Amino acid sequence: MDLVQVLTDGLRAAVGVPAIAYALAVIGLNVHFGYTGLFNIGQIGFLAAGAYGAGISASLWGWPLPLAILAGVVAAVLLGLLLGLPALRLRAEYLAIVTISASEIIRITVRSTSVEGVTGGPQGIGRWASSFYDINPIPSGKYGIGRIAFNHRELWVMLVGWALVALAVLVTWLLVRSPWGRVLRSIRDDEDAARSLGKNVYAFKVQSLVYGGVLGALAGLLLAINANYTTPGEYQTVFTFYMYVALILGGIGKLFGPVLGSMLFWFTLQATDVLLRQLIQPGSWAATYIEQRDIGQLRLALVGLALMLLVIFRPQGVLGGRSPGKAQ
Amino acid sequence: MTEPTGRRPGSLAGVEGRPGVPKPDPLVVADGITRTFGGLKAVDVEHLEIQRGVITALIGPNGAGKTTFFNLLTGFDRPQAGTWSFDGHDLTGLRAHQIARLGMVRTFQLTKVLAEMSVLDNMLLASRDNPGERFFGALVPGRWRQHEREREERARDLLRKVGLDAKAQDLAGTLSGGQRKLLEMARALMVEPSLVMLDEPMAGVNPALTQSLLGHITALRDEGRSVLFVEHDMEVVHEISDWVVVMAEGRVIAEGPPAQVTADPVVIDAYLGTAHHRDPEIPR
Amino acid sequence: MKSDLAQRLVRGAMVVLLAVLAGLAVIPVASAQEGDPAEAEVAIFGALDDAEHGLVEGVELEALLGEEVVGTATSDENGEFRIVVPGPGTYRVRLDPTTLPEGVSLRDPERTELEAVRVLEGRDKRVVFALGERARPRPDDVARPPSGNRVVNRLWTGLVVGIVIALSSIGLSLVFGTTRLVNFAHGEMVTLGALLGWFFSSGTVGPGWSLFIAGAIAVALSGLFGAVQDRLLWRPLLDRRTDLISLMIVSIGLAMLLRYTFTVFFGSNVRPFREYAAQAPWVWGPLVLRPKQLVVLAIGVVVIALYALVLQKTRLGTAIRATSDNRDLAESSGINVTRVVLIVWVAGSALAALGGLSFATLYGVEWDIGFRLLLPIFAAVVLGGLGTAYGPLVGGLAIGLVSELSTLWVPAEFKFAWALFGLIILLLIRPQGLLGRPERVG
Repeated sequence: MDLVQVLTDGLRAAVGVPAIAYALAVIGLNVHFGYTGLFNIGQIGFLAAGAYGAGISASLWGWPLPLAILAGVVAAVLLGLLLGLPALRLRAEYLAIVTISASEIIRITVRSTSVEGVTGGPQGIGRWASSFYDINPIPSGKYGIGRIAFNHRELWVMLVGWALVALAVLVTWLLVRSPWGRVLRSIRDDEDAARSLGKNVYAFKVQSLVYGGVLGALAGLLLAINANYTTPGEYQTVFTFYMYVALILGGIGKLFGPVLGSMLFWFTLQATDVLLRQLIQPGSWAATYIEQRDIGQLRLALVGLALMLLVIFRPQGVLGGRSPGKAQ
Repeated sequence: MTEPTGRRPGSLAGVEGRPGVPKPDPLVVADGITRTFGGLKAVDVEHLEIQRGVITALIGPNGAGKTTFFNLLTGFDRPQAGTWSFDGHDLTGLRAHQIARLGMVRTFQLTKVLAEMSVLDNMLLASRDNPGERFFGALVPGRWRQHEREREERARDLLRKVGLDAKAQDLAGTLSGGQRKLLEMARALMVEPSLVMLDEPMAGVNPALTQSLLGHITALRDEGRSVLFVEHDMEVVHEISDWVVVMAEGRVIAEGPPAQVTADPVVIDAYLGTAHHRDPEIPR
Repeated sequence: MKSDLAQRLVRGAMVVLLAVLAGLAVIPVASAQEGDPAEAEVAIFGALDDAEHGLVEGVELEALLGEEVVGTATSDENGEFRIVVPGPGTYRVRLDPTTLPEGVSLRDPERTELEAVRVLEGRDKRVVFALGERARPRPDDVARPPSGNRVVNRLWTGLVVGIVIALSSIGLSLVFGTTRLVNFAHGEMVTLGALLGWFFSSGTVGPGWSLFIAGAIAVALSGLFGAVQDRLLWRPLLDRRTDLISLMIVSIGLAMLLRYTFTVFFGSNVRPFREYAAQAPWVWGPLVLRPKQLVVLAIGVVVIALYALVLQKTRLGTAIRATSDNRDLAESSGINVTRVVLIVWVAGSALAALGGLSFATLYGVEWDIGFRLLLPIFAAVVLGGLGTAYGPLVGGLAIGLVSELSTLWVPAEFKFAWALFGLIILLLIRPQGLLGRPERVG
C-alpha cells in the first residue's frame, strides 16, 4: 500500500480544477441554500447552462471566447429567471422537485441525438476554448512539489480558477453583510416576518437564485474550458449532491465553507479512489468482491452514505455552519 | 396614561354602537369579505369600518375568525370575495408586503422575531427604502452606509423606549417571550406604520410585563397612530380600547364602546352559547 | 400486547432480510467464480431485438481478425449472442443475413458487417445490429400526422405504463401525506422489487422459481424493507424533530447508497425475466399487444381495486386517508398514527416493488429503472396531489398516457422530459394538483 500516493493524489485533487469549479458552484449554492434557504437541487443545470451557452456560441456561431463566456453567463441568468419566476412562490419540496426536474430535462435535451447539430449530442462540443490556452503566459514545463505537479496548461486554468474563487468570495461577502444580504437571511429565518415589514420576498429570492446560478455557470465554464470540451456526461443530476456534501462538509452559511468543503471533498474522493484501486490488486482478498469497474460506483455509494452520515451526525460540518433546515 | 373605561373618545362621540356602523373618519373600510375553508365559512363580514387615530379591539370566542380576518386584511390570506381599502387605497389583490408598505403593519400571535439575527438587525431590517437592499446598490457600500447609520440611531432610540437597548447585539432568539413581543412592536414601529395591527399582544406575557405593554400601546395612539388589536383578555380590552368589535362564527355581531359591548346580551350569549347546557332535571 | 408482537415480527423480519442481503452478496461472486475460466477471455456481445417480432433467435454471427474467423456465435432465445475472442484487439463482426428469421431484416440491409470493433483488455465489447423498420422518425416523418394505428397502440402502452407508474407512486404520496417526508429513495424501492424478482426467478444466479412466486417474495421483502426504513431510520429522525429539508437530503443520500450498491451487484446490463424474455405479439385489429402487457395490466388493475376497497371500506383505510389528510386531526381523533405510518411504509414499498416488477416485465431489469422512473413518479404524484390517497392513480395514468402519446410527435428519448416539463407548467397553474388542497402548497 502506497499511502504517499494516496496523499499526494488527494492533495493534487484538492487544488485541481474540479475542486475549484465545485468551490464556485457551491459558493452559489451556499447563497441559495445557506443564506436564503432555497432548496435548489438542480444546481448542476446552471453549470450545464454556462458550459453549453458558451460552447454553442463559440462553435456554432463562431463567437470569440470572451463573448462566448458572456453568453454562458446570460444563459444561466435566463435559466434562473425561467425556473425562479414560477417556482419560487412554492414551498421547499416543490422547489426541489422543479429544480431537479429542470436539470434532468436539460441533460436529456443536450444529450439527445435529435439536437446533435446544436449541442453535439452525446459527444458534446469539442475544442471551442483553444484561444484560452493561446493567452497562457506561463512558460512550458511542469511545476510543483514532488508528485504534486501540474503542467503549464493545467496551472493556467487553476490560476484563473482560483482568482475567480477569490473574486466570488469577495463579492459574496460584500453582498451578505449588506442590507440586501440581511433581507436574504431574514427570508431564511422567517419569510412572513420579512413580508410583514414590507419586503418583497419573492423578488429577493429570484435575485438570489440568479446570482448563485451565475456562479454555477462560471463553474461549468471552468470545467468545459479545462477539458476544452463540453460533454453531457459532466452535468449529470447526481453531481448536485456532490455539491451538497461539499456544502454541508464545509459548513452551511459560512463564507469559506464552500471552498473548504470542496477541497476536502475532492481530496477524500480521490484518496478513496486510489486506496480502493490499491486494495484490489490481483491476489488481495478484496479483489474477489470488487472489480476495477465497480470502483466508480462504489465511490458514488460512499458519497451517498457520507451525505446521510453528515446530515445525521454532523450537519454543522467543519466550520460550524447552520443546520440544513429550521428546527421543527 | 390609560383612559377610564367606557368613555368614548372625542372622534367617536355620537357614533351608535351597532355592527357595521360607519365611522366619521375611517382608516379601513371592508365590504363583503368571505373566507371559506373546505365548506366552512370562517369569515363573513358584511361591512366594517375602523376609525383613524383610536385603539380598536377585535374580540370574540375561539374560532370566531378573528385571526383569519386579520390575515385577510393584511394580505397574508386571500378571501373568496370582498373588497377593502386602507387610507383610500384599494387593497384587494395586493400582497402582504405591499400592504405593509402602505402603512398597515402587523405583528404575530406567535412572535416572529428573526431568531438567528441580532436584535439590532431585526430593527434595521425594518427600515424603509434602504438603498442597500437593491442588489447592485449593495455592492457599493458607500451608497448605504450613511442611511444605515441614521437608521441605527432611530433603531436604538426605539429599543430604548421599550427597554431593550442593552440587548441590541444579542441574538433575538435569546430573548424571553415578553421581550420578543416588545421587539416585534418596536420593529413594527421602525416601518413607520399608520395602522399597527397587533395579533394577541398579551398572549403568553407574564403579568408584570402586561402593564408596560399596555402603556406602549396607548402611547402609539397618543402619537397619532391607529391601533387594531385582537385580544382575549377582557380586562385588557376594558383598560385601553376606545372601541370594540365583536366577532362570532365569522360575522361581526356587535360594535361599540367597551362598557356597552361587554353588557350586550348578544355578546354574552356568543361567549357562553356553546357551553350552554340545559339540564332537564334542574328547573331554569 | 400488540406492539410487542409487532416489535418481534419486525426484528425477526430484519434478521431474515439481512440474511437474504448477505446471501445476495455472496452468490453472484460464487457463480462468477464457478463458471469463469481464465480471466484473459473477452467477448463481443449484443442482443438482437426487432420491434415487431421481439427477440430474435438463431442468427449466426462471426468475428474476424483480418480475414480469419476467430470466433462464432448464434443468438439464443433471448436474442443474445456472445462471441468469445482470443484477446484484446480490433475485429470485424459479421452477421449472416440468411440466418435471420422470416420477416426480420437488418435496418440497413447493406450493413452486414461492423468494422473496427475495438476490444479492450478485460472488457467485453457490446455491438449493435439494428433490425426492423426505422424507429427514429426522419424529418419528413415527423411532419406526417400520426396514423390511427399508431395512436391506438400508444394509447395501449400508455395505459399499461400508466398503471405501473400509478402503483409505484402510491407509496410516495402516502408517505408524504402522513409524515411530510419527500422520499427521494422511493425509486430504489421500485428497483429493489425488480432486482429481487430477477434474483429469485433466475436459474443461473438464484433458485429459478416461477416469476409469480419470485415476484410475491420480492414484494414481501420490499415491504419488509420499507418497515425497516421506517423503524430504523425515519422514525428516530422524526422523533429527534429533524427538519424536513435535512430529511430530504438524507433520503437523497440513501438513494445514492442503494442505487450504486445495486449496480455493483447487478451490473449495468439489461436483463429480461427468464419467463418473459421473448413473446410473440398478438395482433387484434390495429392493436399490437403482448401477453405480458395484459398480465401486468390485469394484476395492476386488481391491486389498485383492492387498494381502493381497503381505503374506502375498511377502518384502516379510513385511518390512512384521515392521517394523510391531516395528521394532527387524525391523532387527536384517537387514530394510532405511528401504526398507520408503519403500514403506509410497508404497503407503499410493496406496491413500489410491484411497480418495479411490472416495469421490468415489460422492459427488462436494470439497476436504475427506479431512478429513471423517479421523476415521472414525482410528476404523477404532484399532478394528482401530493399527499392524497387517490392522486397517484389519476396522476400515474395521466403521465403514462402523456409520455407514450408524446412519442408520436417527438423522439422517444424525450418521452419523460415532456412529463417533467408538464409538471413544471402544472406547478405554475395549480400546484396542489388535481385532487389536493391549496393550503398545503406555498
